Amino acid sequence: MMPPATAGGIVAIDGPATRISLTRRRRRPGEAFFGTGVAITGGIVLVLIGAMIVFLIVQGLPAMRHYGFFSFLTSARWAPSEAKATVTTPNAYGIVQFIYGTALTSIIGMLIAVPLAVGVALVITEIAPRRIKRPLSSLVDLLAAVPSVVYGFWGIFALIPAIRPVVDFLTSTLGTVPVIGAAFGGPFFGVSYFTAGLVLAIMILPIIAAVCREVFRSTPRDEREAAFAIGATRWEMIRIAVLPRARSGIVGASLLGLGRALGETIAVTMVIGNSVLTINHSIFSQGATMSSVIANEFTEATEPFHLEALFVVGFWLLIMALVVNATARAIIRRGVAV
Amino acid sequence: MARTSTALRGALTAVGGSLILAACGGSGTATTSAPSATPAPVCRGTTAPPGYNNGVATVPGQASSLSGAGSTFVAPMMSVWTSAYATTSSVQVAYQSIGSGAGIAQLQATTVDFGDSDAFMTDADIAKGKGPVVQIPLVQAPVVVAYNLPGVASGLKFSGETLGKIIAGQISSWNDPAIVSLNPGVTLPNLPIAVAHRSDGSGTTFIFTDFLTKESPSWVTALGGPSTSVGKTVAWPTGIGGKGNEGVSAAIGQTQGGIGYVELAYAISQHLTYANVKNKAGSFIQPCVQTAAAATVGITTYPSDLRVDVVDASHNAQAYPITGLTWALLYQNQTDATKAAALVNFFSWVLTKGQDLATSVSYTPLGAELQRLCVGQLRKVTLNGSPVVS
Repeated sequence: MMPPATAGGIVAIDGPATRISLTRRRRRPGEAFFGTGVAITGGIVLVLIGAMIVFLIVQGLPAMRHYGFFSFLTSARWAPSEAKATVTTPNAYGIVQFIYGTALTSIIGMLIAVPLAVGVALVITEIAPRRIKRPLSSLVDLLAAVPSVVYGFWGIFALIPAIRPVVDFLTSTLGTVPVIGAAFGGPFFGVSYFTAGLVLAIMILPIIAAVCREVFRSTPRDEREAAFAIGATRWEMIRIAVLPRARSGIVGASLLGLGRALGETIAVTMVIGNSVLTINHSIFSQGATMSSVIANEFTEATEPFHLEALFVVGFWLLIMALVVNATARAIIRRGVAV
Repeated sequence: MARTSTALRGALTAVGGSLILAACGGSGTATTSAPSATPAPVCRGTTAPPGYNNGVATVPGQASSLSGAGSTFVAPMMSVWTSAYATTSSVQVAYQSIGSGAGIAQLQATTVDFGDSDAFMTDADIAKGKGPVVQIPLVQAPVVVAYNLPGVASGLKFSGETLGKIIAGQISSWNDPAIVSLNPGVTLPNLPIAVAHRSDGSGTTFIFTDFLTKESPSWVTALGGPSTSVGKTVAWPTGIGGKGNEGVSAAIGQTQGGIGYVELAYAISQHLTYANVKNKAGSFIQPCVQTAAAATVGITTYPSDLRVDVVDASHNAQAYPITGLTWALLYQNQTDATKAAALVNFFSWVLTKGQDLATSVSYTPLGAELQRLCVGQLRKVTLNGSPVVS
């Protein structure tokens, strides 16, 4: 509703001026140069993504041909040492457990990071006194500047010892409950899906908080004041003026965070335990993600089809990330339109 | 140079000594116990450098630089060699520590002058390259079984079969009767065992799984047979994967109840406690420079290409069984005269003077018989068909 009105307004007021600038643009070589340059940079990005997909497919093709395109998605057993150049079934490179690991760690990360990020963004935009808004805001942004290998280190040497008592309590209580106990069973050795999810939560917090902050900030002043005018408390104002408007923005921000969580490699590799053979059901047991198995194994992938299978993992990871990003974009766009 | 290496060795002994003292002090309470507070007699003191001087005559006209890539297992040793060699010969040797498998791949692609692997190249590996390969063992080193048990010092005893069951996940608690019966008098806690292993492909893994395959039928069965129970990667049934020797040592150090395998130098530098392992003669042997040296004593027949598996091969009473070799890999027929000369000169130095530096970083010099055969390998190197060494 808004964009057409604005565009129409500009045309109505600046009609003649626009026409003049159009004719000038044709004459000036600088304009043409700039236009072409921008088009080329945009084109390069498209070509890069296309080339990357083609590259992954081409590199993974021998393995896909040998085992079948979808056979990687129907097995949860990764055992390169059992692969033989002449044997096609069973596929020694099942990747379901990596998809599971990537999804599980990302979900744990999101469950923790999204509420936290929304809270942080609300504090920054609505609640904190002006004096500490800015420093708080830059501190959260600073979290994004910490290299992921440092998060991994921190996870091993600070986070794991800190959460051990809590997790030990959970495994001895929740872990003994029938049915759901399997998902919370011990023993807990520190590195696990859960630890990786925690580290991811802190890593994706800044991007979600930053986008939410901007979304909350865009709430029109009129509506805030209208809420206060009808006697709303600050919390009620947030509930009736800020949050409803921001819903799609929050979803979009979360999906951007999810995009980062899906591909995060080094920090996760350091704290997930790298158990690649199959799915371990407890969230407190060791596992692996799609990116961690690539990081761990590509240097010495010497078994038959081993390297090619890692490219297949990379291919599906890229597809997963593209789908998430496209969804995020669609939701944000719909949000703007509404 | 000799003075430096002596100093280094002295420092290392001091570190080892204080480590043992610390362990002894820590286990002085009534409820805990140290299996062996002092090193085995064979591991005490320092070993004399072998002083080999049977290298080949220096080939003139050598290149001023060489590039190599491969094993991370040998990387600490290689960095000592390359820096010492640069000062004595003014030849720069750049070694990339990227893993044995990657080293073989780089040699096959001829992007390096030499490769290095802890598992020798098979015929299939060689067929993927550009011609016959000369494989030269460079140094011996033990892979140690390190663990993290509060109140238990170095020297816990393991047999190959017990280790195999632990690593396969069939023994999951530290007070399992199988471990207790091997260690009378040691109070073992009721802790779950956290197995740590390499997550990347590794020559260290090859040496360790080679030992398990030879000594533990349970391990072989659990891994589905002797062809899949040994390798640079195996299908680990359980445990925590760590990247590199440092990743595994961190996992062990951070986890109470942890057990895993690392190269000796890493265990020493990370202050890990480590086990005595039962050898073929039935004795439980502490890993050290001396017992790793004993691991090739008594092996008298080597194949002419030196593709020999020394893991758990010696019947010597003092041999530490999980001792492996690392091989330098170079094309038998070289096409660049200066590179060929530099390669032969460098490895001739490594096999003679270089061996004296091994103990400074906890590696073990080659035994005399094996060293003589290794020097012989250098004479096989040719330049466009004619021998480089006259």
